[in-house]
Amino acid sequence: MQNADGFNPSLMREPKDSYLTNGYSLKSWLLTKDHKRIALMYLISISVFFFMGGLYAAAIRLELLTPGSDLLQTATYNKAFTQHGILMIFFFLIPSIPATLGNFLLPLMIGAKDLALPRINLLSLYLYWIGGILTLYALMQGGVDTGWTFYTPYSTTFSNSYVMAVGLGIFINGFSSILTGLNFIVTIHTMRAPGMTWFRLPLFVWAHYATSLVMILGTPVVAITILLLAIERVVKVGIFDPAIGGDPILFQHLFWFYSHPAVYIMILPGMGVISEVISSFSRKKIFGYEFIAFSSIAIAVFGFLVWGHHMFVSGQSIYAGLVFSFLTMVVAVPSAIKVFNWTATMYKGSISYDTPMLYAIGFLGLFLVGGLTGLFLGSVGLTVHLTDTYFVVAHFHYVMVGGQVIAYLAGIHFWWPKMTGKMYSEFWGKVSAMLVFVGFNLTFFPQFILGYQGMPRRYASYPAEFQVLNIFSTAGASVLGVGLLMPVVYLTHSIFAGKPAGDNPWMLPGLEWRTQSPPPTLNFDEQPVVTWEAYEFGEESGLDLEEARRAAGRPSVV
Amino acid sequence: MAETHSDHEHIGIPGYLAVFAILIVGTWITYVVAFWDLDSVFPGANTLLALAIAFTKMTVVMLYFMHVRWSKELVWLSAVASFFWLLIMFAFTMQDYFTRVSGVFSS
Repeated sequence: MQNADGFNPSLMREPKDSYLTNGYSLKSWLLTKDHKRIALMYLISISVFFFMGGLYAAAIRLELLTPGSDLLQTATYNKAFTQHGILMIFFFLIPSIPATLGNFLLPLMIGAKDLALPRINLLSLYLYWIGGILTLYALMQGGVDTGWTFYTPYSTTFSNSYVMAVGLGIFINGFSSILTGLNFIVTIHTMRAPGMTWFRLPLFVWAHYATSLVMILGTPVVAITILLLAIERVVKVGIFDPAIGGDPILFQHLFWFYSHPAVYIMILPGMGVISEVISSFSRKKIFGYEFIAFSSIAIAVFGFLVWGHHMFVSGQSIYAGLVFSFLTMVVAVPSAIKVFNWTATMYKGSISYDTPMLYAIGFLGLFLVGGLTGLFLGSVGLTVHLTDTYFVVAHFHYVMVGGQVIAYLAGIHFWWPKMTGKMYSEFWGKVSAMLVFVGFNLTFFPQFILGYQGMPRRYASYPAEFQVLNIFSTAGASVLGVGLLMPVVYLTHSIFAGKPAGDNPWMLPGLEWRTQSPPPTLNFDEQPVVTWEAYEFGEESGLDLEEARRAAGRPSVV
Repeated sequence: MAETHSDHEHIGIPGYLAVFAILIVGTWITYVVAFWDLDSVFPGANTLLALAIAFTKMTVVMLYFMHVRWSKELVWLSAVASFFWLLIMFAFTMQDYFTRVSGVFSS
């Protein structure tokens, strides 16, 4: 029976025992081994870093409103873009989906009580905090100006900023990433519920498996690279500095061996979210499940073979450039497979345009632009013109923000009712999604044109003829900023005043939707046994989805 | 009942001490051969020998200290995969160095 608001009063009950009610003391949170509580603490932490990184972005965009170096001195500007990059990449983008949604959902999706190594999970959070605090300390002391890439010999020899402290922060944070990846792989191998075969796993889990492989295989290399940088900077052993027998391009090889696959650490979990959202809101089994699953693994593997495309104009050999260029074209194939399959999933689907789906549709367009412009930059000849211009800045923001951040927002809105048991305002959710999409394009599309016209990145001043497009970009950034701040307000509001979401507000067959919202500490009252295939929306799923639909106060699908 | 990892006794304290001795001896040999001019035999011979000793030390650490020798096939696969990735890193970096125009960044 529904009330006047269209909600079933039986959903108004408070869950008897949930992970949120299992202890209220600070100790019960700080010493928890519950993957869901750890995920929430990650969520708050990465949000703090995201908005700090956003403040640097705001300063950069304000500075670029005028051609001169008006707001920030050039040295300060160097620190602003460096610290924006470091906070966003190492402390937001890399942990964002795996550490929050992955941590929260992976055990639920496979029918497990927790991750395989709960103490290691808590340790990874503490390492993240230690690395983050150390980095923030360095920023408060004076910051770092090397660019987030720490290119040598500037970082080892010439920079007077806090390179070592920030490097140590990133070094420690890397172990957090490694431990999370290790935990996910062990969990997926050993903790699946009876009947949860590899090909019944949600694609979100496949994406996290691939991500974890990259985390484990790549992150140690960047840790070693930072260590080598420290050895050269402190002890003056010639590793990267040509003046003392080193080779600066060796740093770039080692750095990008991790940092290009790190792009896939960021985007693969986002792709996992999009697979879930598009299938769910199209009410249709995902098209080409196996292809999407294996394309995640293919991206993880091929992603390790293309790092040299960041180095085409570095002095790297022409032969190496040709090989890396060819392989860059190859890695586009599995990404394209996913985009085609998501589109095919939507074809003739029963699409509903709820907030998560709006974000997911936005992802499709923006990631497509980001991916295709990556092919421009992967072409050896064209990239000579485009390297270190705003074209590159626009490209990676289309992938990182247009792709990953949008996917993260889609995922947060999609699983928020499960995480909190409360429903947010759908109206404000849709407004936010639209503002983010419009603001993002207004910010970054002009930068493609600026870059193609030759405006270099990482300068506080620029010729006057570039000002109009820069004004567009800064105006777009303010719209984007408002769009990104809105979810903080209405999602927080929903915790205190949101309507109860019910256990399965989207009427979905996945295991995480078959337990209460918010879930109990041990996730399920009894061990689930999986007898259905992934993304079954019919009777095969064993759920009366029409009943669930009525319970959630939603119209029937014809 | 399936055989578990802990059912093995591994190599015991004497065995671990023997592995430790191998590591110490390996370190000492690395130090000693660093003073030999093996590069006169062929360029890079000193580095090659040092790496060979390091590889041997790493292998005994993995096999005995990390118990890979008694582990399941999946752990062996993981160990081999990590070496394959290391090979990728070396091979793709070296394809640059072996084909680079001589003189670039030479000091």
